[in-house]
Amino acid sequence: MAQASYPEDLLYHSEHDWARIEDDGAHAVLGITWYAQDSLGEVVFFDPPEVGLTVKKDEPYTEVESVKAVSDVIAPLSGEVVEVNSALGENPAMINEDPYGEGWLVKISLADPAEREQLLDAAAYRASLSG
Amino acid sequence: MIDENHLHGDPGIDVHPHHHPASAEGASPLQRDPARTIFQKGAPGRSAFQCPETEVPAVDLERLLPARLRREQPPRLPEVSEPEIVRHYVGISKRNFDLDSGFYPLGSCTMKHNPRLHERAAALPGHARLHPLQDGASAQGALELMWNLQQALAEISGLPHVSLQPSAGSHGELAGVLVTRAYHEDRGEQRHKVLTPDTAHGTNPATVTMAGLEVVKLATDEHGGIDLDDLRAKADEDVACLMLTNPNTLGVFDANIVEIAEIVHGVGATLYYDGANLNAVMGLSRPGDMGFDIVHFNLHKSFTQPHGGGGPGSGPIAVSERVAPYLPVPTVARREGSRGDGLPAFELDFGEGAAGSKSIGRLRGFHGNYGCFVRSYAYIRSLGGDGLRDASEAAVLNANYLRARLRQEGAGSVAEHLPLAYGDLCMHEFVLSGGPMKRALGIKTLDLAKRLLDYGFHPPTVYFPLLVDEALMVEPTETETRETLDAFAHAIGAILAEAAEDPAIAADAPYTTPVRRLDEVAAAKSPVIREAL
Amino acid sequence: MSRYTAITDADLQAMLATIGVSSLQELFDRQIPDAVRLQRPLDLPDGQTEQAVYEHLRELAARNVSAEDELCFLGGGMYDHYVPALVDMLTERSEFLTPYTPYQPEISQGGLQVMFEYQTAISELTGLPVSNASTYEGPSAVAAAAYLAKLHNGRSRIVISAGLHPHTIETLRTYAHGYGMNVVEVPLASTAAQAGVTDAEAWAAAIAEGEGRTSAAIFAQPNFYGAVEDAEALAGAAKRAGGEHAPVVVCQVDPITLGVLRDPGSCGVDVAVGEGQPLGNRLDFGGPSFGLFAAREEYMRRMPGRIAGETTDVDGRRGFVLTLQTREQHIRREKATSNICTAQALNALAGVVYLSWLGRRGIVELGELLLARTHYARELLTALEGVSAMHEQPVVREFALRLDADVAAVRARCIAAGVNPGVDLHALSGREEDRGGLLVAITERRTRAHIDRLAEALGAAIAAERRAAVPA
Repeated sequence: MAQASYPEDLLYHSEHDWARIEDDGAHAVLGITWYAQDSLGEVVFFDPPEVGLTVKKDEPYTEVESVKAVSDVIAPLSGEVVEVNSALGENPAMINEDPYGEGWLVKISLADPAEREQLLDAAAYRASLSG
Repeated sequence: MIDENHLHGDPGIDVHPHHHPASAEGASPLQRDPARTIFQKGAPGRSAFQCPETEVPAVDLERLLPARLRREQPPRLPEVSEPEIVRHYVGISKRNFDLDSGFYPLGSCTMKHNPRLHERAAALPGHARLHPLQDGASAQGALELMWNLQQALAEISGLPHVSLQPSAGSHGELAGVLVTRAYHEDRGEQRHKVLTPDTAHGTNPATVTMAGLEVVKLATDEHGGIDLDDLRAKADEDVACLMLTNPNTLGVFDANIVEIAEIVHGVGATLYYDGANLNAVMGLSRPGDMGFDIVHFNLHKSFTQPHGGGGPGSGPIAVSERVAPYLPVPTVARREGSRGDGLPAFELDFGEGAAGSKSIGRLRGFHGNYGCFVRSYAYIRSLGGDGLRDASEAAVLNANYLRARLRQEGAGSVAEHLPLAYGDLCMHEFVLSGGPMKRALGIKTLDLAKRLLDYGFHPPTVYFPLLVDEALMVEPTETETRETLDAFAHAIGAILAEAAEDPAIAADAPYTTPVRRLDEVAAAKSPVIREAL
Repeated sequence: MSRYTAITDADLQAMLATIGVSSLQELFDRQIPDAVRLQRPLDLPDGQTEQAVYEHLRELAARNVSAEDELCFLGGGMYDHYVPALVDMLTERSEFLTPYTPYQPEISQGGLQVMFEYQTAISELTGLPVSNASTYEGPSAVAAAAYLAKLHNGRSRIVISAGLHPHTIETLRTYAHGYGMNVVEVPLASTAAQAGVTDAEAWAAAIAEGEGRTSAAIFAQPNFYGAVEDAEALAGAAKRAGGEHAPVVVCQVDPITLGVLRDPGSCGVDVAVGEGQPLGNRLDFGGPSFGLFAAREEYMRRMPGRIAGETTDVDGRRGFVLTLQTREQHIRREKATSNICTAQALNALAGVVYLSWLGRRGIVELGELLLARTHYARELLTALEGVSAMHEQPVVREFALRLDADVAAVRARCIAAGVNPGVDLHALSGREEDRGGLLVAITERRTRAHIDRLAEALGAAIAAERRAAVPA
């Protein structure tokens, strides 16, 4: 994806992560933002966490590796990993090409649905980038 | 690998981007030959090795080594003749740039001339074929050499106790941080933080983690030194150590060093000197006199042990009295008159005093990289105290001259596009920022570096230190002539002038090297790290 | 001006003018505070001419007794193998001797290709797919393997065989303290049949006792006493004992034996490390040499040190680069897989040139030669009065004897006769059970006549010592 984009239907964490709350309100899909993948450069390796891992809001839960760096990925919300995007093992560059779609990282069951109140909307996140 | 005639600022071929020689026919001979490894050469049954006669009675192999312990298929090593091996490695050697061929101003690496005397001396059988478990009595020359080197390094650093054991700078760092940890633990203190400035070499934080401690970063002030307020705020009773390079990786001598030492010692921590930049201050200022407790030396930098394309190196450490009991073992001791003939004897000292050793122990097998000691000792004996000071003075003079020459290039346009990141004068190296060049001319520091290859120069260190935008870190060393420095300055000027005309020239460089820009992303994505056989 | 600098008075004046300072002194006065300036000359001997320095170093060398001067049966980690002349010739070439680490791949293809070839050779030798471009040397490579295990499984316990070289154990303990790991040592077996090798039951028990906390299990092949271990049995036992939490199995291997000994990969070993000196490197009184480090693919991103990888340039030519660099200290800093930066590139070059010289057939022929001569020496020496084998295990080029006489005194008598008979085991290891032990190494440089001379000298020395020890 060449152009910056920050979909309106997502919630954002200031450490450049996004969360999409599922319709059931109890699960969320997580990934990294356009800005994060652009700063990293082409992602060459992603080793997904194990299903069942407990993730805590604001703390790292996995890593993504580009040629230039290995970066921690910060959990925007707390919960337990219920599904991982294993297709990224074969094709990690999907994180660059489609960060909000095919490049999703994990799906979690939410420990505290109220945490979402602390996340940013697209406009606020975009503003944080220009600040 | 690059023709002599192409040195001194003339790439020698037409490098206009629209008709650079990209096709195989137009390329230089080295570019036409595809890279083939030794595993792709030779033929089944060929061999350079002639096995000596066994000479002893034949015994059934099964009796010597039962089949279940024996290898079934031989490893698929090359099958090549001796002339093939020579042609192969001489051939690929020509695909290397090296210090003997040209200017190598790689910042923080101190690429100074490697005298061949050192190679000749180290190859003497009395040094080269000496077994490390040889009895001390039959290795007195080697032990004396090591003791003399310990004494010399102690004098140069101003710290009295030396261990030669560490194998390289990073190994010395680990020794130093483990010594610090042992010192605090021996006093009943569990200090877990190590302060490192944001300009530090990556080895510093990596070492701290391996030693089981935590990194706390310190900010840099507007002069390029440590931000004292930040230091005061972070220096507390949990701090084990401050690791510092002085002059630092910006080429800036921290003028506040005395105050820094007071703050660090005030909270009971130790002060560690990363000796990567010692080449700036030999005989001029000593880490021990600045208040440091521990220093590591890179014998492969300041003391001209050849780099070998990435080693071997050697990283002895020198320490103050208070941390001396924790030094790694063995060291070499001199015993006066113990030989009976009035002469001193030299022996390995494992630090096993009556009270029990407090040493952190060993960091490797045997006594250290002795072959490197021979070379660096030869260097110190060649130069003497005055010569070492002269070397550092010349290193600083050359760096400042090159810095000033660059400011004159292109009627000041180099100064405008590649400003000095910090300060006005510098020590043995200086850091330029390629940020303005990138914005004004549309070429990055990487492009400038790659274009320098066409001009026959090894580029400076790039993109380090991290806090400088598009950094370019230049360390000319004392062994370069003024003419070479002028030629380098001229080349930088020429590249910027080219870029002003057409930034694509640098952006597509290099053109003349055995291979052109390589795809590092592809290499990291699906790594191929051995030949498939 | 030293002989390695080139600044004439005219240069100096011109350079100062360009810089805009009046003197060299000013450059320093403006940068280094007076309080930390050295106000006197360094107290070192005066500089000397090249000729004088050479004579001094030659004189020091002459006061050492090298393997050139006496018949040397010393081993114990480093060995007097023959180094072919082409190794000297190639390692002395400026193009290999004088560059830095290959940070600019376009002008470092020679060094990078050497690394790639070296990695291939080590991978072939060890039977493991992933090799780095070298670590410092043998014992610290074992410590680096323990760090890999810690990063891989996050556990804190290291089980080791007492068959590791004492320097390896001491080095590992030093590092393990930093890592926050503890080291559990498993003794060698005490039954007659198994004497000399790791006690396989105690080994499995020590791993099982860890209850899933054992991070790494480490043994040596051949071990410190020269004995060939059953590597497959040890690796298998470690995996079974660890169960779901199997440790990373690490084998410290002597690479020159791998023409005849089973490769660690086929024995189920995860990581093979070792001292590379026997492969074309000088003794050099203990260094520099190189450490080899190879592993299964799953550990690739946890490997320490440089790794060269293959790629192509913009025109499609084959080329090599340093790869997987995000593991390393200059990028990953405090989370790096190791702090190693400068390693042993030139020594690794000697290693791969040597392996090419030996070749596929030569490494087997040499291994079989060592087996035969070592066997001959062991039979000859254990037939001497007052000499017995410390163990009966198969050996490749080194074996342990027990002398019924004071080892130091026997060695002194042999050395006076021009034969250094081997390593005093107790003096090196400090282990009580090593008292009376002598470790004898047989390289291809030791002919049958040399071995016969050793037997003669050792027999005479022991006889003389036993006579001297008899009370009058």
